[in-house]
Parts: sequence; structure tokens; C-alpha cells
Amino acid sequence: MRILLDHDKCQGHGRCYALAPELFESDDEGYSVLKRDGDVPGDLEDKARLAADNCPEFAIEVVE
Amino acid sequence: MQAVDNKPVRDWATDFDHTDPEYGARAPEIWDELREKCPVAHSDRFGGTWLPTRHDDVSRIAHDTEHFSSEGVVVTEWKPEDLAPIGYAPPITSDPPFHALARRLLLAAFSPKEVARWETTARQSCRELLDELLGNRGSDDTVDAARQYTQHIPVRVIADMLGVSREDGDKFRHFIHRVLETPGEVEENVEHEDTLDFYLERAIEDHRENPRDDLIGFLLNAELDGKPLTNDHVHGTIALLLLAGIDTTWSAIGASLWHLGQCPDDRKRLVEDPSVLPLAVEEFLRFYAPVTMARIVADDVDLDGTRMHKRDWVLLPFPAANRDPEAFEHADEFIIDRARNRHLAFGLGIHRCLGSNLARMELTVGIDEWMRRIPDFELADPGAVRWSVGQVRGPRELPLRLLRVADSAEAG
Repeated sequence: MRILLDHDKCQGHGRCYALAPELFESDDEGYSVLKRDGDVPGDLEDKARLAADNCPEFAIEVVE
Repeated sequence: MQAVDNKPVRDWATDFDHTDPEYGARAPEIWDELREKCPVAHSDRFGGTWLPTRHDDVSRIAHDTEHFSSEGVVVTEWKPEDLAPIGYAPPITSDPPFHALARRLLLAAFSPKEVARWETTARQSCRELLDELLGNRGSDDTVDAARQYTQHIPVRVIADMLGVSREDGDKFRHFIHRVLETPGEVEENVEHEDTLDFYLERAIEDHRENPRDDLIGFLLNAELDGKPLTNDHVHGTIALLLLAGIDTTWSAIGASLWHLGQCPDDRKRLVEDPSVLPLAVEEFLRFYAPVTMARIVADDVDLDGTRMHKRDWVLLPFPAANRDPEAFEHADEFIIDRARNRHLAFGLGIHRCLGSNLARMELTVGIDEWMRRIPDFELADPGAVRWSVGQVRGPRELPLRLLRVADSAEAG
């Protein structure tokens, strides 16, 4: 599984790095940055989906 | 106080008035009715105002900064003109391309990392307020959670961040009441010394004379394109930071306690399983989102076959979008551990609430500290709850009966 993050859509709501800090982190201004280049280990797949399902801007896509 | 237009509302689809006490008391029902039959309501009040209620429409408007300007964000009889793209309180009243510059100045100060520094202050404030509230409770064990608790929480944090006196909290609330909660009413005989303008002039002057490391100091030293900010920019931004974070957060904490006062199961869940709090906070934000923003139509535009004309007002009721069944499963149910929650309590697009991390922290701390100390309580008199009117919705009087109180050592 991989995560795609659309930086043009991200507005820094911060839901993803609150819910899945193993996969996302905040830059200095609060915008989201992918960790692990968007690669999702098997045990974090649920968290990746959770982060995507909570983004108000639909900026996160999970590719199975 | 003098009301400009207080005619009763004939019909919510064609004559709505967001400053009517009935709207304050039962807005969620009104949005549900409109969403099903309308879904974009209109009113001739305030010179012509639209009220979309579907998630799709609210989202489209929030993302379309070309047709919808932020030159005016509070619907009043006074409609700002020729102030774009900067506006009177940047960046909330700014449009692209200026908006991004004004916003970038402030983002780091409100990032999750910076906001975390203020959590101890917020917790300490809540504990002090609870001590006071419990010390003053009447013989019938009732308190007014809005007046004695929620309204004080955000004031202290923002005063510390800006570098002004915490003791000025009453003044801030008075300014807010005037600017945000009574649009359309004109307060007469206000002395210049009692105005927000005067207060800000003094605070800026004081910071110029005694420079210090706080947000006002930061703005006085900040540069845009290599030049210091104009005095109007500094003034407007401080007004924004002072006003935007207070009654909004106070409303969210109050509405959450109002909810818990009626739902023993949700109270029990929070006490027995505090790990649910982060999800509960997001659901409180979805279900009781306090803020409705506004835009001014910048150029004629069609929305769902409705022609909106240049200079019309458009309200952006994020809380109505949050209850749209097209966007949320079981939208009309409060689900304390809702896992999929794309709520837009903090707006959408480039104007996403700058203080969202701060608001979230204060809401979390405000509920957490209350539940530790007062794990069981109920509405003392549901009919006595008074909701605000206007674009920020929350309980302004909230009588609660305390059913169980933990002592402070037990709560800590």
C-alpha cells in the first residue's frame, strides 16, 4: 500500500498527522509531509485509511 | 441598542435572519429543513444574503476565491467596499494573491508544535476556574457553565500569546459582543476609550515602547517583501487574533458540555475510557461547529441554478454542511467514537481556521479537566439555556446541576 498526498489540496488541517503520526508529520507551518516516502507497512494500513478518511480536503489517496 | 431590522421571519427559505433568537435556538433543525427543500435559502435582509446548506455547495464556495471574496466575513448592514485584496483584518479578510503572504506570516505561530507550548497554561486556567466555580456553587448544586467556565478559557491563553493583560477578558468579550454577536444593532454613545480601536492603539504603543517577545512584538518586527507591515495590517491582524479565538472556542466547549449534560452514556464513556477523547473532540466539532463565515460575491455566478449577483452576501454555514447526510453517515446522530469524520468545523480551502490547533487544544483540555473534576452532571433547566445569535453559535447561559464532584487530588 502507498499513500499519495496532494500538496495543492492540503490546507494544514492536521488530521492525518494526529491520527497516523507514523505516516505523516507536520512541517513548520502545519502542512502535512509524508514519512517513509508514502510507503505503508502492513501493520499501518488501517491507519493510512483512517487518515485518508478524515481529511476534510480529500488530499490523501490510498493506493492498494 | 437599536435594532435595524427586527421584523419576524416569515419563512426561513425566503426571509431567513441569522440574528433572530429562533435561529440561535434551533439552527440545526432549520438547516435540515432547508437542505431538503431549498437547498440555498435567500433573504433580502442585510442588502441580500444567501444561505447554502449542502456540503457540496459550502465546499464549492469556500474553494472558489475568484467568485467569492473574503472582503466581508461578517454579515452586517455595513458591507466593506474597495478593501480587497487586503481587507480590514488580514488574512481572514484577504483574497489571493495577498492572502498567502499575510497568512504565511502567522502559520508557524499557530502550528501544532507552537500551540503545544500553551497547553500547561490552558490546563492551569481550567483548574483555577473549576476551583472557583465549585467554591461558589449554590446550595442546589447548580452553576452556569457558560458564564463561570467556558467563556474564560480562551481569553487567558490568547492574552498571554499576544502579550496583553489577562485581566482585560471582560473588555474582549464586550468587543466581541459588539462586533460579532449583534450585527445590525448600533450601540450608541460608546466612548472612544471603550472601543477595540482604542484598546489596540494602546497595546501597540505599549509594545513599541517596551518591545517584547510575543505575537504583537512579532508583528511589529515582521516584514512583507522587505518592508515592515503597515500600521493598518498590524492593527487588523491583532484584532483578528483577539476576536476570532474567543467566542468561537467558548461556544464549542459550551455546546459540548450542553450535549454531555443530556447524554449520560457519553459522560460515562468519557470517564471510563478517556482514550476516546480525541475522537469525541472531532465529533463535538462536527456536530456543534460554532462558526459560520461569510463571503461577498465578487462576480455574478451560478450555484445549483441559482444566480448570485455581484456584491450579494453569502453565509457559509460550516455546521450545516457538517450535518449533510450526503457527506456523513448517520449525519444527524452524535457518535462519540466516529472514526470517519471529514468535518469542516474549521472551514475549507485557503482560509482554513488559522487557530484550529489552538481551538482543538483548548476544547480538549476544557472537556478533559471538567470531566476529571465533575464526572457527572445534567442540565438544570433545559429551557433556561440561552444560545447566541449571529455567525458564532454556542450557549451563553448554561445552567448545569452537578451530580458528582471529585476532589482536586482525585481529579489530578
